[in-house]
Amino acid sequence: MSIRLRLDKPWRPLAADEIARLPGQLGVYQVADAAGAILYIGQAGARAPFGLRSELQREQKERGDGCQFRVEVNQQYRTRWFELLMVHQADHGSLPPDNAKNPPPLGRLSPN
Amino acid sequence: MDFEPSEEQQMLIDQVRRFVREEIIPLEAQLDPDASELDPADHARLVEKTKAMGLFGIDIPKEYGGPDIDIVTRVLLAIEMAQHRAGLYVPCYGTFGGAGLAQIFEANEDQKERYLYPTLRGEKKAFFGLTEPSGGSDPARAIQTKAERRENGWVLNGAKLYISNADRAQYGIVFARTDASKGRAGITCFIIDSDTPGFHVRRVVHTLRSSHYATELEFKDCWVSDHQVLGEVNKGFAVANDRLTRQRIPYAAGCIGVAIAAHEMAIEWAKMRTTFGEKLANRQAVQWMLVDNEIDIRTARHFTLEAAEKARRGLPFKIEASIAKLTASEGGGRVVDRSMQIHGGMGMTKDLPLERWYREMRIRRVGEGPSEVQRMVIAREILGSNLR
Ligand SMILES: Cc1cc2nc3c(=O)[nH]c(=O)nc-3n(C[C@H](O)[C@H](O)[C@H](O)COP(=O)(O)OP(=O)(O)OC[C@H]3O[C@@H](n4cnc5c(N)ncnc54)[C@H](O)[C@@H]3O)c2cc1C
Repeated sequence: MSIRLRLDKPWRPLAADEIARLPGQLGVYQVADAAGAILYIGQAGARAPFGLRSELQREQKERGDGCQFRVEVNQQYRTRWFELLMVHQADHGSLPPDNAKNPPPLGRLSPN
Repeated sequence: MDFEPSEEQQMLIDQVRRFVREEIIPLEAQLDPDASELDPADHARLVEKTKAMGLFGIDIPKEYGGPDIDIVTRVLLAIEMAQHRAGLYVPCYGTFGGAGLAQIFEANEDQKERYLYPTLRGEKKAFFGLTEPSGGSDPARAIQTKAERRENGWVLNGAKLYISNADRAQYGIVFARTDASKGRAGITCFIIDSDTPGFHVRRVVHTLRSSHYATELEFKDCWVSDHQVLGEVNKGFAVANDRLTRQRIPYAAGCIGVAIAAHEMAIEWAKMRTTFGEKLANRQAVQWMLVDNEIDIRTARHFTLEAAEKARRGLPFKIEASIAKLTASEGGGRVVDRSMQIHGGMGMTKDLPLERWYREMRIRRVGEGPSEVQRMVIAREILGSNLR
């Protein structure tokens, strides 16, 4: 049984038609610039009216065109979100720029 | 034994109940339903309140500066503190402070200066590293993490699994095998700073508990000096046995608090909701579920207070603590389950705290010794110590 640590699905354009196909479920997501550099790691929690779909719609509205995204449906969205942030910090030495503006309390992870 | 709260206890209970209802629940309504932290400013403000109430550091023994509150009263208050969404694992979001790990009270003076006192002041957090991939119910046999004598110290190699808070803690208590030939008498307890080279938090272990995750640890040629041995070499399990048994009592109290909150919600709902032209409360099927809730809660409350009373009087309380842990974790699970059933679809949603309690209460039958191990402890006591 192996558990995937990093979110490594292919990027999709952060565009209205792509987002409309997303499920209304709980989960985590990443937004990247056109070159694939991660800008933000987010969570779609139970307060998001349509889960991942409404969170990504909000992202697209705020960021405009030219970004990319990927999602993971996950009931444990909160602990998975903390995990993705810690793994990013371990891999890159810092949080994604838009998370670094308002960082949540994080622990220290040294993944293999 | 009479477990009716005294006038003084009732005053404290009312105070804590008001705090939960007026301070915690309104803030919680703004948070993500799976959250386990308050905004730091809110946390600091509420800590000032619990200090003003004289209840901060409620579990800290009097000789270490805690308020002088006996274990029975602490149980009554712990039942109140758990009565909100995150209450099972983070009662009142930690605003009443905490005493940290039981074992660290057994530290020598130098270790107390470095670890215990900063913990009591809220400056350091600790993790408890016992369980390994090879098992947690029977750690004396299962522990494979080795500590070998080298250069005025010890080198640890091995892994720990399901360890809570290890990524955020400044230090932890880690059990390792120091003599492979001696079984239980070959385990030593170490204090490990989390910035020690060779200590790694390898991954988050996601569980049903949304309040805080567990982690997997690795020790890779992790050297610690002799000053980090807690207690005596090869006597790791002798450290704080009494305190560990005592820990089962507040553990049970948390389950009772959540069960009471779920039961009260079910009663309210049953009185309001109409199906087939009749209130749910008028249906015998629903009444019996509520009656069974009441019996489970009263049973667990009785046994938990009995264990606390024996501990308070300095009488043996090992069986009582196991019975308390069993009745509260198993009964509490049943109460939450029935309360969800009475709520129908609403009971399954994240709009209500029931689904979080359901998930987290399930862990309580495994954590701090699974139900079967508690039954084994009781069987050993009633059948005699020859039973293995
Ligand atoms: C969310 C979470 C947080 C945790 N946090 C910590 C922590 O901070 N530190 C730490 O050290 N550990 C922690 N644990 C580990 C926990 O204490 C262990 O899971 C527990 O002790 C059981 O050990 P095990 O999982 O290895 O199960 P095993 O020991 O493999 O047992 C499996 C099952 O076998 C049954 N069983 C065991 N012995 C007997 C018996 N004699 N007779 C009949 N049946 C038996 C029980 O049903 C038991 O559940 C945590 C676990 C969880 C889920």
